[in-house]
Amino acid sequence: MHDVTATLFLEQLLNGLQLGTMLFLMASGLTLVFGVMGLINLAHGSFYMVGAYATASVTAATGSFLVGLSAGIVAAAAVGALVELLVIRRLYHRPHLDQVLATFALILVFSEGTRWLFGSSPLWLSPPEMLTGFVTLPGGARYPLYRLVIIAVGVLVAIGLYLLISRTRLGMRIRAGESDREMIGALGVNIARLYTLIFAMGAALAGLAGAMVGALQSVQVGMGEPVLILAFVVIVIGGIGSIKGALFGAILVGVVDTMGRVFLPGFFRNFMSPAEAAGVGSAVAAMLVYILMALILAFKPKGLFAAHG
Amino acid sequence: MDKLKSETTALPGLPALSSEWFDRKGLVQIGLLALLFLAPLAAHLLGHIYYVNLASRITLIAMAAVGLNLAIGYGGMVSFGHAAYFGLGGYIAGISAYHAFDFSPVMSWPMAIPGSDSMLVIWLAAALLCGLLALAIGAISLRTTGVYFIMITLAFAQMMYYFANSWPTYGGEDGLPIYVRNTLPLVDTGQPWTFFLIAFSGLLLAMAITSRMMKSRFGAALTMARLNDTRLATAGISPYPIRLVAFVISAMITGLAGALYADLNGFISPTMLSWHMSGELMVIVILGGVGRLYGPLAGAILFVMMETLLGGMTEYWKLFLGLVLLLVVLFAKHGVMGWLAGRERHV
Repeated sequence: MHDVTATLFLEQLLNGLQLGTMLFLMASGLTLVFGVMGLINLAHGSFYMVGAYATASVTAATGSFLVGLSAGIVAAAAVGALVELLVIRRLYHRPHLDQVLATFALILVFSEGTRWLFGSSPLWLSPPEMLTGFVTLPGGARYPLYRLVIIAVGVLVAIGLYLLISRTRLGMRIRAGESDREMIGALGVNIARLYTLIFAMGAALAGLAGAMVGALQSVQVGMGEPVLILAFVVIVIGGIGSIKGALFGAILVGVVDTMGRVFLPGFFRNFMSPAEAAGVGSAVAAMLVYILMALILAFKPKGLFAAHG
Repeated sequence: MDKLKSETTALPGLPALSSEWFDRKGLVQIGLLALLFLAPLAAHLLGHIYYVNLASRITLIAMAAVGLNLAIGYGGMVSFGHAAYFGLGGYIAGISAYHAFDFSPVMSWPMAIPGSDSMLVIWLAAALLCGLLALAIGAISLRTTGVYFIMITLAFAQMMYYFANSWPTYGGEDGLPIYVRNTLPLVDTGQPWTFFLIAFSGLLLAMAITSRMMKSRFGAALTMARLNDTRLATAGISPYPIRLVAFVISAMITGLAGALYADLNGFISPTMLSWHMSGELMVIVILGGVGRLYGPLAGAILFVMMETLLGGMTEYWKLFLGLVLLLVVLFAKHGVMGWLAGRERHV
């Protein structure tokens, strides 16, 4: 009995980590864009969707998931750069209210545009053949290899981002942009190009996340929205503008959300009938990360790793 | 003082009868109200129930946006979660009617509360509970500012959304029908024209409350909290309670609109709580003109007409809504009211 619980716990912990790493891919782009450009971007979920749709279409056409995935990342980055050039750069000096509305409008355009092009029914995308197997966990449970690969990709991206930001010239410019936007412009850095680059990079990461999750779930219009809102919770918890906060918040939210959904109904069964416990448990589980966020903000209004003052 | 007193009998935002009625802004305001009243009246007389209900829809969406405008436009609190109050108001109307319909109690512990199909009871409950919810959400959210505030209000509204979605008693994600419209003494609320008059009175009341409030000392403090809260604090008034009270009143207005909206549709579902709803209310406030008394009305007329006309032409009307909205945000900052009635003058 004890072993079964331990195995279930390990399995769900891995599921939580997998959700967490995907949230990190979304949240890191959001938080970079906010930290450097001071922009709140609701349309980030659209890049997630673009990545997934491009991957699904190209994979279906070429038969290769790897080619599809590359196409998805490139498409998301290209759409991101285009959106930055056409719309976003007019918003940097506007109040947050305008940014929210303009990017909300972008969501409508992207979602309905995608529905127009691809129809309302979901696209089918499956993981590559060689990643469809299972891995035996300590304790004997079998865990899908593809989910482990997702976690590994998330960890690699986190390390890559860390190295990029702390060790390269581009990273130095990003950090400089976070501390003093005017000054790096005065020092001769092409700010407009830097902003487009950062925005496209964030979009590419969102596209990567969308493509990989698209192979687990279905590729459909509006798929980015629940993830976007969880990513907002992540960066609010972590402290807007902080990559470290995004990583920590993403893992926290991913694990708490997954664990809550699995274990809360069982927990409530201790005090009420199974039917009631299932209802109350799932309702509370759905609210859990928001309660967590409220608690953290009640004590730390700027998040756990506040990047600015 | 005399000037203030005489305003209670006039249209919201306009003194009793004066030259201000006939300048450009006054004419636009009277025109908008007349349009909203006379168009459904004509439809009612000609027997086109569909258009009467359409006008009720515009009116209630406008009323919800009047509530949001108080927070965003006058208070500078960019709430991205007003669907929480709109939806809670709706669910109160629905849940109360559901229990009145099968004579079961809403709750039996800690005290017995029966269901009710009386609109008066429902309005009272909606105002109270939305106020309480906003007090709790506002107390936490107003500790933060800027983007944090936007995201936190959004997150709390999502919390309500997921709660309604996964709570099976009241239909979960399928929603809950209201079989018979809730009642008022002496009138037949089932009549579309009667219901429009109720909704119209609600809108006028909400606008009158906003207008009176913004002319009071409280309104002056709220304006100052938006423009420069340090200066307000220097004057000996703490900005936090001022903002919180405005936030609560704003939520109560939106919640009342939600209760009526549920009765109009005869149906509630988590859609009323979704972040698209919050976004659309914000869009209406911006389209109409932020911080303008008649802005939400202008915005709601434009929004619902666009939805109806474009929605009749193409399934993908939201694509065009998105493009229009993008153009308005990027190039026409002052909304419909700014365009029709000129820039707001600060007297």
